[in-house]
Amino acid sequence: MDDYTVPLRDIRFVLDHVCRLEEITTFPGFEHVDVDTVDGLLVEAARFMEEVFAPTNRIGDLVGSRFVDGEVVTPDEFKKAWRAYVEAGWNAVSGPPEYGGGGFPHVVGFAISEMMTASNLAFSLCPMLTGSAITVLDDQPDETLKATYLEKLVTAEWTGTMVLTEPEAGSDVGALRTKAEPSDDGTWAITGTKIFITWGEHDLAENIVHLVLARTPGAPPGTKGISLFVVPKYVVGDDGSFEENGVRCVSIEHKLGIHGSPTCVLEFEEAKGWMVGEEHRGMRYMFKMMNQARVEVGLEGLAVAERAYQKALRYARERLQGRAVGAPPHERSPIIEHPDVRRMLMTMKAYDEAMRGLLYDVAGSVDRSRHHPDDVVREAAAARVALLTPVAKAWCTDVGVEMTSIGLQVHGGMGYVEETGVAQYYRDSRITPIYEGTNGIQAVDLVLRKLPMHGGRVVREYLAEIEGLDAPLAEAGPRFAAMRRELAEALRVLSEATTWLLGRDDPRDVLAGATPYLRMFGTVAGGAYLVRLALAAAKDGEDPWLRAKVATADFYARELLPSAVGLLGAVKAGAAPLYALDPEQLAPAR
Amino acid sequence: MKIAVCAKQIPDPATPYDLDPDHHWVVRPDDQVLDDTDRYGVEIGLQLAEASEGTVTLFSMSPAGTLQGIRQALAMGADKAVVISDPALKGSDAAVTAKVLAAAIEREGYDLVIAGTESTDGYTGVVPQMLAEHLGVPSLTFAKHVEAADGTLRIHRQTPEGYDVVEAALPAVVTVTAGVVEPRYPTFKGIMQAKQKPVEELSAADLGFGADDVGAAGSGTVVEGVTPVPARQAGEIVEDDGEAYLKILEILERAKVI
Ligand SMILES: Cc1cc2nc3c(=O)[nH]c(=O)nc-3n(C[C@H](O)[C@H](O)[C@H](O)COP(=O)(O)OP(=O)(O)OC[C@H]3O[C@@H](n4cnc5c(N)ncnc54)[C@H](O)[C@@H]3O)c2cc1C
Repeated sequence: MDDYTVPLRDIRFVLDHVCRLEEITTFPGFEHVDVDTVDGLLVEAARFMEEVFAPTNRIGDLVGSRFVDGEVVTPDEFKKAWRAYVEAGWNAVSGPPEYGGGGFPHVVGFAISEMMTASNLAFSLCPMLTGSAITVLDDQPDETLKATYLEKLVTAEWTGTMVLTEPEAGSDVGALRTKAEPSDDGTWAITGTKIFITWGEHDLAENIVHLVLARTPGAPPGTKGISLFVVPKYVVGDDGSFEENGVRCVSIEHKLGIHGSPTCVLEFEEAKGWMVGEEHRGMRYMFKMMNQARVEVGLEGLAVAERAYQKALRYARERLQGRAVGAPPHERSPIIEHPDVRRMLMTMKAYDEAMRGLLYDVAGSVDRSRHHPDDVVREAAAARVALLTPVAKAWCTDVGVEMTSIGLQVHGGMGYVEETGVAQYYRDSRITPIYEGTNGIQAVDLVLRKLPMHGGRVVREYLAEIEGLDAPLAEAGPRFAAMRRELAEALRVLSEATTWLLGRDDPRDVLAGATPYLRMFGTVAGGAYLVRLALAAAKDGEDPWLRAKVATADFYARELLPSAVGLLGAVKAGAAPLYALDPEQLAPAR
Repeated sequence: MKIAVCAKQIPDPATPYDLDPDHHWVVRPDDQVLDDTDRYGVEIGLQLAEASEGTVTLFSMSPAGTLQGIRQALAMGADKAVVISDPALKGSDAAVTAKVLAAAIEREGYDLVIAGTESTDGYTGVVPQMLAEHLGVPSLTFAKHVEAADGTLRIHRQTPEGYDVVEAALPAVVTVTAGVVEPRYPTFKGIMQAKQKPVEELSAADLGFGADDVGAAGSGTVVEGVTPVPARQAGEIVEDDGEAYLKILEILERAKVI
């Protein structure tokens, strides 16, 4: 069975105690939102995703989206689920009300997104990218573009893509060569080849709205010369009629995972496009889309790990092997009784909940940055989102892959064979550290751009907030003693690493420490979210579920958090050890 | 056509619920959910109402709580709900439940009453038939297909071998089986609209019942005791020595399966 149960109580708990949903519903623009209604929505969305989307995951892997006679054909199950999704209107929950959206807080849509992503990662990329396209189009000033596309994107009758990558332009987007030539009617003719375009072509929607980066004639080199264009698969006439446009899918990739998601090579030949905003400012607009998508990719790390955890837990309770210490003689114990299997399950559970804390904090901060009545709070929230975005993306996807690997390990040999289905989680999640800016690029973003924001004030404030947990931890009693001790130590080390990086002049040293620093940051931040949730749980009462929150945070503090401390050496080692060998010396010798 | 659908709020079956130690009654939390088996009744009600430009009214006897379960049924598309919620009703047995629902449905008026075959928390499976008796109308049961037109109700009644075609004049009560129609998922819009839909809350007194008519006092049944389901016995393992099929045949015959 390929069951998935939405961890609804966990999601609700994080919404309450990390996002402070109740406060968010009081912001201007959310007059129609209250916590009860959100509850009702989440309950129904959970049922829908479990029953309609989750069962399509396996078939997506086995059959996949296929390229047949120049067309991308999705599995029939996808088409049926997609129709139900559009009809139920789930795509519209957080969408702009002027264009048919429900105008709910971003974080509510985010929770639904977690459910959908865990149900079927490959499939969820289509609505995820559509959501990012909505954000870009809603933010830009051209009313005609809004009127033409937004309503259909909000319902998900049409879907969106993000089109950056070219063979010579991956991490280095500035190297892209796709051209945009002005036409007489004020539109642009787009020509070039784009690769790796997720859901770039498919048979689920009537129309596909590509957001394409291209270069106008005489544009300066690098990212400063890039402009953003809307290029629809079908050009929409004033009467709503469709006309073919010069964009076609040439092939799709064979991949390690996410077989349900078509990854397309798109050929643009004088395709008709409309410029978004001003010329040469395309990267700025695209960054809006990418930032939102990066957090969503972080969410993918969590979502697949959660599903892998649920499956591993079921297996560990059923599989009988060996006799656990203390079990009656001749009993064959379920493997969950063995300490090493327990460790694996606890590790998965603890990291899952830590990731959820971090990710939902970012999503809730997005709402604060857009809707809080006080502009000082809005700005601070926006800075927090900026700081945490690379951590949310990279830490959650690195950890996510590790958790799917552990989930496979719990299954032993059965994990390695495909029938069990756990190998799929591992293969699927492996893309998440790569796309939407590799995790290496996220680490660079964190140390070069995010740490120095406002002279380091943003990161200092975030660390001070974690330090603020010390007082409530001290008051909370002996159950919290290990959390207090380990968090203080890990935070001390994170502060030291931060100060070291901010004080370095040689960028090579900073870049060399970037990846271990990001890992350290995520590990400490994750621990702090678990601590907050544990403190809230202890206040809420004593049912077993609430007690588990305290025990999980305690486990993380004792067994996982100390790994952050061990990274300090790597952060501060500088570039020299990395370059001690020249490429010749790296090569094998005979 | 005016369609009444009985819909029960029950504790979420996903989380274990308690029985109170004195009376063995289900302890009902504030946020109960719609009984899954009632989704079929609601779905059939909605289909019939859509075909006849009729209305669907939900009837529910339960502590109102947050009304989450009722809102779920309203979100599917029902027009309004009547909830009989009263501390005096606590401890009512199936007969009292039928009496109270009948009074509420009578008061509202109806052409057809739809109910599930039995609830997921109580499993008595007799309320709909008693309800028909109180209303003085025919009772049709185990419908896996329902048509209602021109004053006649016609159903396919599920039997072990197949189905019977059964007809009755309207008004009537019908119970529907699970799994024959696919209940629709509430839409986002439907969920939002459900918040605005009318929910009338009635007390026992509003329906003319005194304290002795309902609740434990008015009920003829008491639950004497409750015992946990015995743990499943270990299965019998037949090692295949080449002749295992004979052994399996014997087991199946003993179990009267073949
Ligand atoms: C399944 C899939 C779906 C995708 N979907 C889309 C999509 O919808 N739209 C789209 O535009 N693109 C998409 N991509 C492209 C994806 O975003 C790129 O593959 C990714 O950005 C990496 O670029 P690259 O493959 O050229 O790798 P490279 O840039 O060649 O990177 C190779 C390695 O070098 C490292 N590296 C490169 N530059 C630096 C640097 N400056 N500092 C430190 N390390 C560096 C990288 O971290 C990586 O480890 C998709 C890719 C895949 C595989």
